[in-house]
Amino acid sequence: MWARLADEAPRFFTYYNGIFLLQAMGATLLLSLGGCLAGSFFGLLLVLLRKTKGALFLVPRALAWGFVEFFRRVPPLVVLLLAFFASNLVKMDVSLFLVALVALTFVATAFMAEIIRAGIEGVHPNQWDSAATMNFGYLRTMLTIILPQAWKIILPPAFSFFLLFVKDTAFASQLGTLELTYAGKVLTSRGFTAVLSYGSILVLYFALSYPLARFGAWLEDRLAPSGNH
Amino acid sequence: MQYTFQFGQITRYLPDLLAGALISLEIAFVCFWGALLIGLLGAMALHFGGVWTRRVARAYVACFTNTPGLVQIYFIYFALPEFGILFSSLQAVIIGITLNAGGYLTLILKSGFLSVHRNELDAAEVMGMSRLQLVRYIIVPHIARVLFPPISNKFILMVLGTAVAGVFGVEDLMGRTINANAESFRAIELLSVTACLYVAMTILATLVLAAVSLLCFGRRRSSI
Repeated sequence: MWARLADEAPRFFTYYNGIFLLQAMGATLLLSLGGCLAGSFFGLLLVLLRKTKGALFLVPRALAWGFVEFFRRVPPLVVLLLAFFASNLVKMDVSLFLVALVALTFVATAFMAEIIRAGIEGVHPNQWDSAATMNFGYLRTMLTIILPQAWKIILPPAFSFFLLFVKDTAFASQLGTLELTYAGKVLTSRGFTAVLSYGSILVLYFALSYPLARFGAWLEDRLAPSGNH
Repeated sequence: MQYTFQFGQITRYLPDLLAGALISLEIAFVCFWGALLIGLLGAMALHFGGVWTRRVARAYVACFTNTPGLVQIYFIYFALPEFGILFSSLQAVIIGITLNAGGYLTLILKSGFLSVHRNELDAAEVMGMSRLQLVRYIIVPHIARVLFPPISNKFILMVLGTAVAGVFGVEDLMGRTINANAESFRAIELLSVTACLYVAMTILATLVLAAVSLLCFGRRRSSI
């Protein structure tokens, strides 16, 4: 086996395979970042809906709750496949990358909404009362008083979620979206040994994720609650 | 967009899918206990081990938590046979999920080891407890209580994580959905039903875990 590996290695580690893998790695990074950022935005919108009070917003509140509960309890692979088959119904030419990005955004939205909600509930309720006595409205209280205090609580778990999410993007390969995992499948079907192709995919994921994990640990240290609120 | 939902055509797959859901839960259950054992050993290695034991444990955690479980199983299933190590697809999936979750549980349990109160450890030392006794009688009861919510969260994520088995042709819920789709081409209906079954499975798991927590610790603890 080792002889075969040594024999195949020069044919595997070529300039064009390198470019191919780096492009795939870029796609993985783009899917993770795009999905997570869009997910944070839509997640925040859902939380804004969920924290409303009164009968007027009852239906949107229930819908937001249902969305979050549903997508946190369905495997990303199922969401991706659903998005893939649903995209066939829309008679438009959408790229597989976009389909994967949209599906992953749904997943990220649900998880980020829950993280943001927990962060907002971590802010002392007196802050809401004080804002009310100042005659602040709902949005103004949320955006100028609650969120600026909550982001410190939100950021560490949001970053841990991002790290998990990078690995969840691997499921996009099942649609045929060209990202790192799919690149591994392509290299294997070009006849390279699975040891080299999947081995290098694992190494590239590690190279992407390990520095981020170290950064996350540092971030958590910096933002550790110091008990001053 | 003109698509007619034909749920009537897939009702005959329902018993099959439900049986698949049971297999998914079984895979999650087996992998969870394996991963918990690995996590405990890993946390012990990080806490009590010498320099090299700690390095090995840290390398294991770094390798398995920084790469996707899917690619790990690809490697186990397609690359290890070239070294003469052959697994069936179910074995590869179970080994992959267990090793992957073991890395995450090592991290979770390590924080539990750190949260044991110094006084309790000193008291155990005064009683002349060995390392193993210390873990068995002081640390495990402590982390079972304190870490119940994060560990049960991990279990629920593992139930969703078993969907990866379908990629390798295991007859779990995901695998059976893919097979049923190959037969009926009713992908959207089948996947919606499967999604709802996963929701039901995780809700069931949440309820069972809440009951376990209530029975063991007398207090309801929240989990997802």
